[in-house]
Amino acid sequence: MPRLLSGLTVTIEATVLGMLLALALGLFWTICRRSPNKLLAGLVHWIVEFVRSTPLLLQLYFFFYVLPAAGIILSPLLTGLLALGLHYSSYTTEVYRAGIDAVPKGQWDASTALGFSKSYVWKSIIMPQAIPRVLPILGNYFIAMFKDTPLLSAITVMEIFQQARLVGAEQFRYLEPFKMVGIVFLILSLIAAQMEIALEKRYVVRHS
Amino acid sequence: MSSDTHNPAVQMRQVEKKYGKQIVLSELDLDVHQGEKLALIGPSGSGKSTILRILMTLEAIQKGEVYIDGSPLWKNVNGKTTSATGQDLHNIRTHVGMVFQHYNLFPHMRVLENLTAAPIQVLNKNREEVDTLARDLLEKVGLADKAEAWPAELSGGQKQRVAIARALAMQPDIMLLDEVTSALDPEVVGEVLDVLRDLAKHSGMTMLLVTHEMAFAKEIADRVLFMDGGHIVESGTPEQIFNNPTEERTQTFLKRILRAG
Repeated sequence: MPRLLSGLTVTIEATVLGMLLALALGLFWTICRRSPNKLLAGLVHWIVEFVRSTPLLLQLYFFFYVLPAAGIILSPLLTGLLALGLHYSSYTTEVYRAGIDAVPKGQWDASTALGFSKSYVWKSIIMPQAIPRVLPILGNYFIAMFKDTPLLSAITVMEIFQQARLVGAEQFRYLEPFKMVGIVFLILSLIAAQMEIALEKRYVVRHS
Repeated sequence: MSSDTHNPAVQMRQVEKKYGKQIVLSELDLDVHQGEKLALIGPSGSGKSTILRILMTLEAIQKGEVYIDGSPLWKNVNGKTTSATGQDLHNIRTHVGMVFQHYNLFPHMRVLENLTAAPIQVLNKNREEVDTLARDLLEKVGLADKAEAWPAELSGGQKQRVAIARALAMQPDIMLLDEVTSALDPEVVGEVLDVLRDLAKHSGMTMLLVTHEMAFAKEIADRVLFMDGGHIVESGTPEQIFNNPTEERTQTFLKRILRAG
């Protein structure tokens, strides 16, 4: 049990930090793709397509084996976090884009008419309307990422799945630890889904 | 930029506007003097709203020159039609206000914040001063009790009155009103027109009004422009245009509209 718990801590850490990275990096990609600089926009477009079109597991291995070769030595967990965040940022950038496109054109017109600066328009007019619209989708990706964290075991991260496997191997009893892991994932995913619904209610219902 | 009374509020010279290959305005000349109330009428697609959108810097033009209070918004530089940029563009925007057909209130801000955001952010005024001004304006449009409401809680007529107050909070010299009653239920059109009538009679603002409300145009405008196919067909006092239109196209349009109305 204590080992599963310490594994759970790592899993939650990886999910939360990975998602924060995915959200921030996704926003960065979205801004780059809207840049008037066509070269930058095009380059970022292809980076995103590339990351989105290759398997996460492959990206994990790539980061794990290639980064040290390039002289960048990170802990397995940090490597995993980066790969998870990068991979999911290729989804979140699409989500942001959909949210931004769904904000009516009249909001941009009114912002121009009132003379707001570009940064104010993004920060205080467009994003506060775009994000609540896509909260359900971001919530889904959060849960999907949570369930993808066992892949980190492939690069020796001691998350809950890896711990369960070790416990199983030592005691020749796999059923119980894996059952525990399944239940933990189920319970936490359900809680996360509920939290996401509550968040949605708070931000979406008020204005519609 | 100061609102120099020697300069016309709006000057448009030989303006051409195209969407792709489609010409929306061509060789358009228009002068609007300070404080004038100008109504633009005509069939849809005639280019009336495009004029307002150009003046609000929401649309680019392909040829010609545009001056607002004497400052160039578009001018010819070495044979190229060039837009004002940076601080010049910013100054022009702060002197021009616009109200839209679909209100375009910010749904995630309460009514009061819809009014105060721009004066605070754009004109750097202090919050107390702007709050007082905003509450006065809400009072003026009959919505003093809605300051803390969300836009979604208001009726169409109330939303449009908030939108007018929001534009006024920037204290513009020139007000552009783009079919502001077209999206409203018939029974609330009156409340919005009342606000505009009051504004037209008691403020020195220059007003350009694109409208299908002929009776209202007749009542408040100093001058009426009839547009068709990207051209100004006829321009004159309301009496001239509505009672003795000289152009056949104007006559046909008015007959159709008045019969429908």
